[in-house]
Amino acid sequence: MTSTDTEISTRLGKRWKKPPFIQRTWLRWGLTFGFFAYLVAAYMTIEVNWSRVYEGLERGKQFVLAFTNPDFTTRSTDIWEGMVESIVMTVASSVVGIAISIPIALGAARNVAPLPVYLICRSIIAISRALQEIIVAILLVAIFGFGPLAGFLTLSFATIGFLSKLLAEDIESMDRVQAEAIKASGARWTQWINYGVQPQVMPRLIGLSIYRVDINFRESAILGLVGAGGIGATLNTSFDRYEYDTAAAILLIIIAIVMALEYLSGVIRARVQ
Amino acid sequence: MLRLDKLTKTYKTGDQALKAVTLDIPDGQVLALIGPSGAGKSTLIRCINRLVEPTSGKVHLDDVELTGLSLGRLRRERRRMGMIFQEYALVERLTVMENVLSGRLGYVGFWRSFLRRFPQSDVDEAFRLLDRIGLAHMADKRADELSGGQRQRVGICRALIQDPALLLVDEPTASLDPKTSRQIMRLICELCRERGLAAIINIHDVALAQMFVQRVIGLRLGAVEFDGPPDGLTPDVLTTIYGEEDWEATIEKVDDDDEIAAQ
Repeated sequence: MTSTDTEISTRLGKRWKKPPFIQRTWLRWGLTFGFFAYLVAAYMTIEVNWSRVYEGLERGKQFVLAFTNPDFTTRSTDIWEGMVESIVMTVASSVVGIAISIPIALGAARNVAPLPVYLICRSIIAISRALQEIIVAILLVAIFGFGPLAGFLTLSFATIGFLSKLLAEDIESMDRVQAEAIKASGARWTQWINYGVQPQVMPRLIGLSIYRVDINFRESAILGLVGAGGIGATLNTSFDRYEYDTAAAILLIIIAIVMALEYLSGVIRARVQ
Repeated sequence: MLRLDKLTKTYKTGDQALKAVTLDIPDGQVLALIGPSGAGKSTLIRCINRLVEPTSGKVHLDDVELTGLSLGRLRRERRRMGMIFQEYALVERLTVMENVLSGRLGYVGFWRSFLRRFPQSDVDEAFRLLDRIGLAHMADKRADELSGGQRQRVGICRALIQDPALLLVDEPTASLDPKTSRQIMRLICELCRERGLAAIINIHDVALAQMFVQRVIGLRLGAVEFDGPPDGLTPDVLTTIYGEEDWEATIEKVDDDDEIAAQ
């Protein structure tokens, strides 16, 4: 025991304060002041062109008003084809992406995989997460040309980074003893995964998969902007033609589908607890 | 049947959990392993089926040296060692039946187990065991729906369906109330006698150990301090194992009134 612990009399009657996160006073105040100075300077560099905003307000108003009068009919074949393409991209890329993610997630969990496998799988995840969807899509459109193939590949690739990482984290935080009990019975590695690991991470896997389907659908609407097929291409065309009523119709359909998926995922997740 | 020869485990942190433990356990002997927390009881049990890899020393099960086996051979030998855990360690999202049948994983191929198509004899044996412990009607319930005592009994079934020669039992009663603890201990010891199994039981409760076992090993700081019959546990012996305390109350013979009530 040190002397400070024992001399209780020096502690009594004095105010107690939580120790600050940064101990050195000058550093604490320096950092605080520096941050606010930067913040003010940063806002001052953002220029606002008020006359341009005034002009733009009119276009914005038209766009918002278009939602009161969406046009589903004029371009109905385009919308239908774009939507079908988007849904095909979503389903195909989700299934392929999830199927590839599961083995990679197992490899990226330190308590399941040996170190070399772990490092390889973690690198795959890092690469997939580092490259944003739009950038991958631009590259793949350059390779495979315009159309849904590029979109499908982009979304599959993005799914791997997302799902493997989160699933691997769930595997790493599983209850070790339950898995140990299966191992103690003389199970093979595959049986150990199937009986000891899989039941523990299944609800998370299902939840993440549905969430990813949701994301993939929304992304498929964006990827069209860079030529990777789907409803995004139709949306982009209607913007280019200033057909805000058609654009509004497409956005309403996207919102409806996303909300339906959201509801569905809630129902399914409640069931698999 | 089980022989430990200078079994030593040193963890990466430098902690020596086992210091050259040598033990010989004959067929069918039920043995209690007592000692304070951190004495190396769990490590000892896990070094036998190599859930923890021993640093040095040898473990022989009959004529097989477990410590030198390849993973494939070890897997086959693990079938002969049933393990029962402190927090039951049932896979909570699987059904009771799946948990019991998981004790047969060492005997069936991957696809059979993946499709849950176990041989009829395994399924029959699982029902017989569940019936023996009075839980046959719970077979299709999920394991996390059971109470602690029920879960531990399912854990016992899982170990027994392996058709083991040896049971490794790690604190079977630590999460149970006193009455359930006795029932579980009695069940384990009864089943060992019926089937002629040897068992190593880690246990904190000295009085409970004395009631049920033929031999007690006292472990302190990874070394064997006591090896003898249960009534050899005098206050002096307990002091060398656990440290200074008033031991009279602990080793007083517990009367068997509520045992009759429990039947």
